[in-house]
Amino acid sequence: MTASAPPDPRTPVIELRGLDKSFGPVQVLHDVAFSAYPGEVTALVGDNGAGKSTLVKCVGGIHPIDAGEYLFEGAPVQVNSPRDAAALGVEIVYQDLALCDNLDIVQNMFLGREKRNGLVLDEYTMEELAAKTLAGLSVRTVKSVRQQVSSLSGGQRQTVAIAKAVLWNSKVVILDEPTAALGVAQTQQVLELVRRLADKGLAVVLISHNMNDVFAVSDRIAALYLGRTAAQVRTCDVTHAQVVELITSGRSGDLGLTGANGNGNGARA
Amino acid sequence: MSAVVHERKPEAGSAGTLSGLTGGYLARIRGGDMGALPAVTALVVLCLFFWAAQPTFMTQGNFANLLTQGGAGIVIAMGLVFVLLLGEIDLSAGFTSGVCAAVLAVALTRQDWPWYAAIGVSLAVGVLIGLTLGVVVVRIGIPSFVVTLAAFLALQGVALKIMDNGTNISIHDKTVLAIANDNVPVLLGWALCAVAVLGYAAVLLLRYRGRAARGLAPESMAVLGLKVAGLALLLGAAVFVLSLERSYNPAFHSLKGMPIVVPLIAVLLVLWTFVLNRTSFGRHVYAVGGSQEAARRAGIDVDRIRVTAFVLCSAMAAVGGLIAASRANSVDPNTGGSDVLLKAVGAAVIGGTSLFGGRGRMLDAVLGGMVIAVIDNGMGLMGYSAGTKFIVTGLVLLLAAGVDALSRKRALPGR
Repeated sequence: MTASAPPDPRTPVIELRGLDKSFGPVQVLHDVAFSAYPGEVTALVGDNGAGKSTLVKCVGGIHPIDAGEYLFEGAPVQVNSPRDAAALGVEIVYQDLALCDNLDIVQNMFLGREKRNGLVLDEYTMEELAAKTLAGLSVRTVKSVRQQVSSLSGGQRQTVAIAKAVLWNSKVVILDEPTAALGVAQTQQVLELVRRLADKGLAVVLISHNMNDVFAVSDRIAALYLGRTAAQVRTCDVTHAQVVELITSGRSGDLGLTGANGNGNGARA
Repeated sequence: MSAVVHERKPEAGSAGTLSGLTGGYLARIRGGDMGALPAVTALVVLCLFFWAAQPTFMTQGNFANLLTQGGAGIVIAMGLVFVLLLGEIDLSAGFTSGVCAAVLAVALTRQDWPWYAAIGVSLAVGVLIGLTLGVVVVRIGIPSFVVTLAAFLALQGVALKIMDNGTNISIHDKTVLAIANDNVPVLLGWALCAVAVLGYAAVLLLRYRGRAARGLAPESMAVLGLKVAGLALLLGAAVFVLSLERSYNPAFHSLKGMPIVVPLIAVLLVLWTFVLNRTSFGRHVYAVGGSQEAARRAGIDVDRIRVTAFVLCSAMAAVGGLIAASRANSVDPNTGGSDVLLKAVGAAVIGGTSLFGGRGRMLDAVLGGMVIAVIDNGMGLMGYSAGTKFIVTGLVLLLAAGVDALSRKRALPGR
């Protein structure tokens, strides 16, 4: 059983129910529930190996789900490939960024979805849109959009990866530890950007280990513990300490997993 | 080439200006992207060296000879670029060309087919071989090195079988023989040259207007002019030399104009350059070569791209086999054998295509192929034995691969 946030009158953009996922004999996700609402930042937290990245890859269509329901704007959908997810308007910025070093910024931002004029790539439109998007995100660190990604710093790469997700007027943007490799100033910029995306009406999912980041921008927190949903709560209803407890033991007071030994995971040590 | 994100004024120090162009070029070389520089330098140095050592090297007759000698290897190398861009290898491309040439010869002689049908069936065999290689590599997951090594042996056997264990098949079809033995009329040669230069100018101008219309920083007119003038000078000089009389006895049999192989290779070069640079297929080839995982996450059908690259490689090998058969006037079990494949891989790498995938151009195959043809031809003229030629070609290949490995280290610090 999971403790839930108070019922919300709105339909979540993404809602997962009873999600199971195994890799061979190892079951990584057990009966996971997760929702993200438009105009809100939902923080997805959990310790290493809790299943955050796997959950995100299931949402993004990289891993097919074994069992469970995937609802998009209230309607059940089948997401079997990254293309399916992109078609729904779900964009994921991965921890390892998933950029091609040998391509330039424009080419990376439009990778797999190039604008074309008949058979020929429409470089002008792509370059124009890429430059506009970067300018819209107040990016000052990138000199030229025709720069190869191999020549960019970690922060610049993160910016390009986020810009790539924003470019598509998507409905859901999932950011996997976007600030992990960034300095203080760049972290601040990225968090501001995250807030701006939500204020524009997007559902933003932020995976983070950093409680300061989580409490700075999120409206909701979903905590995973050993592949199970420990809790989905409003950020304003919980404290730092409670969230840390949810992450480390799966429960905190009357929140969290209920099980024979309190961690909801049987006899596993 | 570049748009500045904030200052969109064309003169804002972008690579569009002349100084920006040279500056950007130097920065690219420092960053580890040598481009065509090593191959062009090697070509110039080798030509000057052989000219000094053996003046017959710089005659119009030898120049034409050089191009037909290198033709088959260059075309096979062009096919290999697709596979190398993905970080794969096709060791069987040489014997693929041999088998396709054998099929061509059998169709022309024993079956008495017209030339177009024979060439068609030979290309189809190339496509089939490539499809098989690609599917085995992608679906079963055997490394391409092993799969194509197996195919290298097996196809050698197939070529022997087709030719009844080693008989030589002579080709008499005029059209096929013309490819490597006849020349384009001088006037047509000049016309083709003009079309190429004007076409290039038109493409650059269209790009200039397109960029300017969108407010993107275009290249300066000076750069455009320089590029077009450079191409015109280079092509003009080549066509001029090839238009000179090469026959020792012109009254008996005149020999002038560019060999038909030259426009054939030029057309293939333009076609595949267009595919790689201007279509989403080409973009995806680079993406898969750069990072397969990133390409997969971007929704690119990685398997399809990889299989297609093997198909294109083998189909180009079939074209190479056609040129080789035409040049030798016959096909034997060793067509496409011995050092053909290794020289073709060498050509692509010497030209600047990376063995690690993700970096390379069609032009690399042509430049590298020319380097290899020049070494072969020049050392032959100087009277060196085949042994010495092999050693020198091997050393040049090692040098090129070394440049590739070092520049990669430089481009990706921390690997």
